[in-house]
Amino acid sequence: MGTKQLPHIAQSPAQAEEYPKVYLYRRIVQAKLYIDANYAEEIDLDNISDEAYFSKFHFIRLFKSIYGKTPHQYLQATRIDAAQQLLRQNKSVAEACFSVGFQSLTSFSGLFKKLTGETPSAFLLRHKSVREQIRATPLSFIPGCYAHRLGLHENSNFEE
Amino acid sequence: MITKMTITNIHVLNQDSAYDFYVNKLGFKVVDDIPMGPDSRWLTVSPPGQPDLQIVLFPVKVSKMFPKETAETLISLIKQGVFGCGVLTCSDIYATYEELKAKGVEFIKPPTKEFYGTEAFFKDDSGNYFSLQPINNFSHENSI
Repeated sequence: MGTKQLPHIAQSPAQAEEYPKVYLYRRIVQAKLYIDANYAEEIDLDNISDEAYFSKFHFIRLFKSIYGKTPHQYLQATRIDAAQQLLRQNKSVAEACFSVGFQSLTSFSGLFKKLTGETPSAFLLRHKSVREQIRATPLSFIPGCYAHRLGLHENSNFEE
Repeated sequence: MITKMTITNIHVLNQDSAYDFYVNKLGFKVVDDIPMGPDSRWLTVSPPGQPDLQIVLFPVKVSKMFPKETAETLISLIKQGVFGCGVLTCSDIYATYEELKAKGVEFIKPPTKEFYGTEAFFKDDSGNYFSLQPINNFSHENSI
């Protein structure tokens, strides 16, 4: 994590005791937001727990109780989620893999399949086909009642 | 027999700003974002844990659907915060509250203990408001 600091959540003394253990919540949320902002970098989760002033095990336990995943699992899921976004934009599997912080295509593809149920290349192909369908017949993706209300049926540019 | 709700809509004042709010702040997933000519865009999002519910972020502007007077009235009511758009559930209300506050979401009411559970209220970028409640408010193990 280097010299980067966790994002700071402003708190005034008056807000400090809005609810029990507010300080614990703020530290865990700061760590989560740090992962959200820096998932593509090499993140050392030990440093995050240090910065959040927790012992490693206490930090992992609290994080999991709030988010249902350990910080490591959350980081991996965030990276796969971001990779899906890139593949939807027609980026290559290799570009998606390395842009979101993975060092190896094999481990990326394995984890992608484990979390999403399909390989990155199958995902890429499926979305390519959807994009082509949208380009060819955009109105088939919009329920008729909405298209009618929007007056889209009257615009021949969007009809087949 | 009706089985479930598949598509619903939220009237918004600006689709670009609504995209930023619902996707970047609330963490909703984009389902469709299809350009429909110069001023039209079909934009739908889903809550992260509910991919089979599409919410259309429906722009209110003067059109065939909204004549000038209707559009102005509706825009004014949305800005006044008249419309509640439902209850959003989360696993941990305090963590969600802290995260959304850190992202600049405006809360009308912080998490508050009520007889039915803990609840907070926040506004979207247009003025529509939501209730935020933890999922365990809805477990009715002790009810009749």
